Amino acid sequence: MEATALSHLRICDFTGQLAGAGATKFLAAFGAEVIRIEDPVAQGRWDILRGIPPFKPGQAGLEYGGAFNNHNVEKLGITLNLRTDRARDVLRKLVSVSDVVSENFAAGVLDRWGFGYEELKRIRPDIIYVSNCGFGHIGPYVRYKTWGPIVQAVSGLTFSSGLAGQPPAGWGYSYMDHTGAYYMAMAILMAIYHRNRTGEGQWVDMASTEAGAVLNGPALLDYTVNGRPLRRPGSPDSNRSQYPSLAPHGIYPAAGEDNWVAIACRDDEEWNRLAEVIAVPRAADDRYKALAGRLTDEDELDRLLCEWTRQRTAAETTGLLQSRGIPVTPVRRPGERIDADPNTGAWGLWPTVQHAAMGAVRVDGMPVHLSRTDWSLNRGAPCLGEHNDHVLREILGYSTAEIAGFRADGVI
Amino acid sequence: MSGPLAGVKVIEFCDEMGDWAGKLLADMGATVMKVEPPGGSRTRGYGPFLDDIPGPERSLWFWHYNTNKQSVVLDVAAARDRLAFAALVADADVLIEDAPPGRMAALGLDWSDLQTTNPRLIHVSITAFGRSGPGTGDAFTDLTLLAGGGPAWSCGYDDHSLPPVRGGGNQGYQTACHYAVMALLVALLERDVSGLGQFVEVNGNAAANVTTEASSYSWLVAGQTVQRQTGRHAGVNPSINTQIRCADGRYATTGLPPRRGDDFRRMLGWLDQLGFRAEFDQWPFLELGMERDRIDLAMLAEDPEAAAIFGAGRDCVNFIAARLPAYEFFTQGQERGFQVGIVYSPEEMMEDPHFKARGFPTAVAHPELDREFVYPGAPYAFEKSKWSIQRRAPLLGEDTDEALAPYR
Repeated sequence: MEATALSHLRICDFTGQLAGAGATKFLAAFGAEVIRIEDPVAQGRWDILRGIPPFKPGQAGLEYGGAFNNHNVEKLGITLNLRTDRARDVLRKLVSVSDVVSENFAAGVLDRWGFGYEELKRIRPDIIYVSNCGFGHIGPYVRYKTWGPIVQAVSGLTFSSGLAGQPPAGWGYSYMDHTGAYYMAMAILMAIYHRNRTGEGQWVDMASTEAGAVLNGPALLDYTVNGRPLRRPGSPDSNRSQYPSLAPHGIYPAAGEDNWVAIACRDDEEWNRLAEVIAVPRAADDRYKALAGRLTDEDELDRLLCEWTRQRTAAETTGLLQSRGIPVTPVRRPGERIDADPNTGAWGLWPTVQHAAMGAVRVDGMPVHLSRTDWSLNRGAPCLGEHNDHVLREILGYSTAEIAGFRADGVI
Repeated sequence: MSGPLAGVKVIEFCDEMGDWAGKLLADMGATVMKVEPPGGSRTRGYGPFLDDIPGPERSLWFWHYNTNKQSVVLDVAAARDRLAFAALVADADVLIEDAPPGRMAALGLDWSDLQTTNPRLIHVSITAFGRSGPGTGDAFTDLTLLAGGGPAWSCGYDDHSLPPVRGGGNQGYQTACHYAVMALLVALLERDVSGLGQFVEVNGNAAANVTTEASSYSWLVAGQTVQRQTGRHAGVNPSINTQIRCADGRYATTGLPPRRGDDFRRMLGWLDQLGFRAEFDQWPFLELGMERDRIDLAMLAEDPEAAAIFGAGRDCVNFIAARLPAYEFFTQGQERGFQVGIVYSPEEMMEDPHFKARGFPTAVAHPELDREFVYPGAPYAFEKSKWSIQRRAPLLGEDTDEALAPYR
């Protein structure tokens, strides 16, 4: 099934990595025609994910990067050597028939190539230009460079993830590449909605550090309103739940090697049911019956729970508590949630795409379903210049002879 | 309102899980009517509270998640108010709700009921596990979504006797909301073409699962399992520590070590400007690094000198980080072209000069308190149709009469 929801939209796409490519992947999954531009001289390596692991067994090289494929499914790929005037003409032609130009280079890169916002507007007055970099295009740190971990560190997200008395644990991946891409996708879609109403294009300047900072939640207002910083003794302790106040609330050891189970009691009733299952006298202690008592000595409460969870597997604990309506789950390993969680399987969350070089490969799907015009992922990421002929001939109207000339002269 | 969603009318019937989606729409100009039960949303009882005194108009949680929204009190247990709810939705573009599976149908307010009177309606359902299928009835919190859905496996410490960590700030709920907003915007743009609404189903467990970067694709592509590490990416293979405790006790992240000849020249220059060369006995390797075009990481095993140069560069940036206050390290490093960062607490980020210059901290008036408070600002800077907070979160039932007047 072809996705059709956004098939009326064309994106001239300079994004890469995940922070940008993730945004246009979402649009492509819903049928937008995303035309990804790569540099033939650098063999597309302005996106470092091209050609780096993970690889399928027995594969390696430029066309086989597993992350690159995951983030660029359903996109068209063309090469343009923008050092040449003829490639710059091709780009102008592409911009003139595109709704959006998207990029996540360091601030100023597109400008230096002569395709800054002012020039894009000259080519197409209602163009929507969405740029996404760490610190944005305005402000004292405009020259500073980032990647996911730096964005997370500066925005406060690294600090707010950790256990009391330990250094920040941070996020063990580029959470803000994912989430920066989500905000970039929202920005593109909202700017199109605005253009459809008013005829007006615009530039959206995204600084992913700011997209990260809005995610810190009510803790930030506790500072700006009450003057209470998150940096204070014993804080943060993000496995616990200070707001709303819940206890017990944490990740506890299970039997076996590096196995864990998460448990939360949302009210006294849930704790009383849990205490019945634990069935040791200490759990039945009156002081734990109300939340205030459980919060008074949360460390002791957690020790009690650990002694109990340690004696059984995460699956056993989950079974016992789930049937009693208590929030509980094993901390799932990748294989467990991808191949053994019936919820993600039934959702169709891991579609298989066909990649011209890699063959069949599974990718991240979308956690949403639309009843009438749903997403669809079938085609893998483009190989370098895979769609040069299609895009230049069918969309931009160049003749076969002109395209052959471009190829011979190193334009594409 | 001047945002890109001006004119879009949204009915929000959300608790803690879906509030964020409504805020994202309201801050971009949509009219978002939050339907609250008599007595108010449960989250009005969530801390922190203004001056630590609880009260339905004092919840900073509620303030944060409900800027720009209107409050309409309806008791959906009563038939009359269910009719009012249906009437509001009949005139709306979007209904967004996070009710447990089955509840909207039991109320007679599900998509199948509502779309007959409003075929242009986009009904967004946010649930933890989807509307139907395995696990949809399971109890959950933000913690269990992040633990069962993948993120927690990748977060924590090198010491695996410490548990995996849930990142702070309700990211499980917020990730579901991000997808809810993205999907409903797709449906809005599609409606521009077809004239028809549709039902949008969001699965929070699935949203967490596809927000785990290499954890998922390392397994999907290569059958490999990443392992958590302190303050840096979980990896299939262990990597070197990049989170350094600076001289003022705060942490910095040192990023990617020098690799090109010019990187080593600037690194040695920095070391000299600080007068630290004598203390860093690997400095001769930095000089050797200056003579190289670049260090090829794939060649470290076969080229011991390259390995020593690369190791010296990495050690040097960590050496400097440990001897400077975190902010000095961050700004001096970045001014010299090194991708390094400071681990700010959320409140420290709000005080940083860059974000102040960009106007990120945003003053919001609370007229009934005769005070103004600072809120986090825009996640994206639109040139023309701008993000804004026009009004603080609504007082309970503040807009009920006005919202229902046309239907009474």
